[in-house]
Amino acid sequence: MPLFEIKEINHYFGGLQAVRNFSLKVEAGEMIGLIGPNGAGKTTIFNLASGFYKPTQGDIFFQGDSILRLQPHQVTALGIARTFQNIRMWNSMTVLENLCISQHYRMGYGFLDVLFATRNYREKAKSVIRSAMELLELLELSAAANEYPKNLPYGLQRRVEIGRALTINPKLLLLDEPAAGMNPSDIDRLIELIRWIRERFKLTIWLIEHQMKVVMSLCDRLCVLDFGQIIAEGSPSEIRNNPRVIKAYLGDEELGHAEN
Amino acid sequence: MTKDEAQRSIRTFYEAIIHWKEVIMRQHLSLILYLALCLLILTIVKQEWLNPYIQIVIMFIGINIMLSSSLNLINGYMGEFSCGHAGFMAVGAYVASLLNMGLFTSNSVFGKSLFLGPQYAICLFPITLLAGGCCAALVGLLVAVPSFRTRGDYLAIITLAVNYIVKSSVENIQAIGGARGFMGMRQVISGMTDRVNIPWLMIWILAFTGSTIVVLKRFVGSTYGKGIVAIRDDEIAAEIMSVNTRRVKLIAFMLSSGIAGVAGGLFAHVLGYINPGTFTIMKSTEIMVMVYLGGMGSLSGSVLSAILFTVLMEFMRPLQLFKWVLIPLLLIVLMLFRPEGIMGHRELTDVFPGLRRLFSSKGV
Repeated sequence: MPLFEIKEINHYFGGLQAVRNFSLKVEAGEMIGLIGPNGAGKTTIFNLASGFYKPTQGDIFFQGDSILRLQPHQVTALGIARTFQNIRMWNSMTVLENLCISQHYRMGYGFLDVLFATRNYREKAKSVIRSAMELLELLELSAAANEYPKNLPYGLQRRVEIGRALTINPKLLLLDEPAAGMNPSDIDRLIELIRWIRERFKLTIWLIEHQMKVVMSLCDRLCVLDFGQIIAEGSPSEIRNNPRVIKAYLGDEELGHAEN
Repeated sequence: MTKDEAQRSIRTFYEAIIHWKEVIMRQHLSLILYLALCLLILTIVKQEWLNPYIQIVIMFIGINIMLSSSLNLINGYMGEFSCGHAGFMAVGAYVASLLNMGLFTSNSVFGKSLFLGPQYAICLFPITLLAGGCCAALVGLLVAVPSFRTRGDYLAIITLAVNYIVKSSVENIQAIGGARGFMGMRQVISGMTDRVNIPWLMIWILAFTGSTIVVLKRFVGSTYGKGIVAIRDDEIAAEIMSVNTRRVKLIAFMLSSGIAGVAGGLFAHVLGYINPGTFTIMKSTEIMVMVYLGGMGSLSGSVLSAILFTVLMEFMRPLQLFKWVLIPLLLIVLMLFRPEGIMGHRELTDVFPGLRRLFSSKGV
C-alpha cells in the first residue's frame, strides 16, 4: 500500500479545469518532485493534497484512508505537513510562538483547562514549548527563537517555515517551491537541509520546484505537469531528455534543439 | 551556639523570607494589587465617603472594561470587525433582569411561578448574571457560525444585523415591556442590602471585571488562544497548520459575547431600567471607540481606554449633545495621528519593561 495516493482527480474553478485526471502514488520514504510551467496547477494539487480544496472528482488516500471528508487541520493531524510558496508565517508572533501554535492539534488541553490553569494545561503547555525549542535547536535556529519571522533573512524564514511543518511530526512533507527567490548559496544550504531532515525524521517528501538544480539533485522521481495534466513521469535523467517536457518548458521543439 | 552562628542562621532565615516574598509577589502581585484596590473602593463606598454619582462612574468603568476587553478579543486579537456588541449586552441585560425579577421579587412578568424570595438573591445573583452571559454566548453563535465562511466587511454586516435582530425582537415582545423598557432591578439590589448591608453591586462588578481580565489574559496568553492571532495573521496557514479554526472562532465569539452579556446584566442593575433603545449601534460604537482608543490586541490598552473614556464622557456631560460631536472628532484625530491606539498591539509590560520584573507572566 502506498503511503499517499491520488486517484484520478479532476478539479474545476468555475468553468476552468485546473487539474485533469491526475493520479499519483507516493511510496513511504520516497522523494518526489512535481515540476511544470507557471500556472500548470502544481499548487492547486498541493492544496488538494493538504485537504484545503476538495476535488470535484476523484479521491485521495493517506495510509489507505480517504481524506476527502476531513478538514485541513484533521488532515494535518494525520501527518501531512506543508510549506507555502510565499512564506506564510504568523508574523505578529515570534518564531517560538509560531512553532508552538502549529502543535495546536496535539496540545492535549482545551479551553476549560486554560481558563482554570489546570495542572494538565501547565504541563502540556511546557511540553509544547519544549518540543518547539528542541526542534529549533536541531535546525540551528535557537538564536532566532524570540525574533519575529518577518525580521529574519529570507533563507532563515524558509528554514523556520520548514521547522514549523516539522513540529507536527509529519509522515509526508509537502514543500511548495522551497527555493523560490533564493540566491545560489542559499539554495545549496536548502538542498543540504532537505536531505538532512529526510534522513533525520525518516520523511517522505513531495516537492514543487522550478529550480532544476534542486529537483535534479534531490528527487528520486519526477512528475511533470502541464495544463493540469501529467505529461511525463520518471527519473530525473529521463525527464531531462523527454521531448514533451522540453516542449512544455521552452515552447517548441526547434527552440529545444537550439538550447541543446 | 555562638553569636556568629546565630547571626548566620538569622540571616539565612531572613533571606528565605525575602526569597519567598519575591516569589509570591511576582506570581500574584497584580492580583494582590487588584484585591487591595477593590478593598479600598469597597471601604470607601461602605463608609459613604463617596457620593453616589462617583460610585456609579466607578461601576460604569468596571462594566466598560469588561465590554471593551471582550470586544478586543474579536476586533483586536482575531482581526474581525464586530460592530454589534451591544446586542449581546442586551441579551445578557434582559435575561439577567428577568430572572432576578422573577426569582427575587414578587412583581414580574412571570407572576409568582418562579418566586423564591429575596433572601436567595445574595447567593444566586452571580448565577443569574452568568445565565445571562450564557444566553448572550448562545446568541453569539449567530455571528460565530457565519464566521466560518465569511470574514471582514461581510462579517461586520452580519454583526450589525444581529444587533438589530436582538433590539427589534425585544422591542416587539410586549410582555417584557417592548419599546417602553423594563424596570425594577433596584428592588433586587435593595433586597440584598436589606439582608446584609454591604455594597453588593459594586462587589459583583469588581469581581466580574477582575475575572474577565484574568480569563482573557489566560486565554490570549495560551498557545490555544494564540490560535486566534494565527487566524488574524494568516487564516489559510492556520487552517492548514493544524489549528481547528472553526472551534477557535466559536470559542472566541462565544467568550466575547458571553462576557458582554454579563456586563449587560450588571449594566441593567446599575441603571435599574433598561429599554431596547439603549442597546443600539450607538452603544456598539461607544464600545468600539474604547477598543480602538486603547489599541487593538492590547488588553491593558482596553482597560486604560475604558477608564479614560468613561471619565472623559463624564467630564463632557455639561456639553450635552455636543459630546457626540466631540467624541467622533476625537476618533478622527486618533485615526489620523495614532491609528494603532494608545498601546497599539503592546501591553503595559512591553512599554515599561521594568514592570515585567514585578509582574511575571505567571501571575494573573
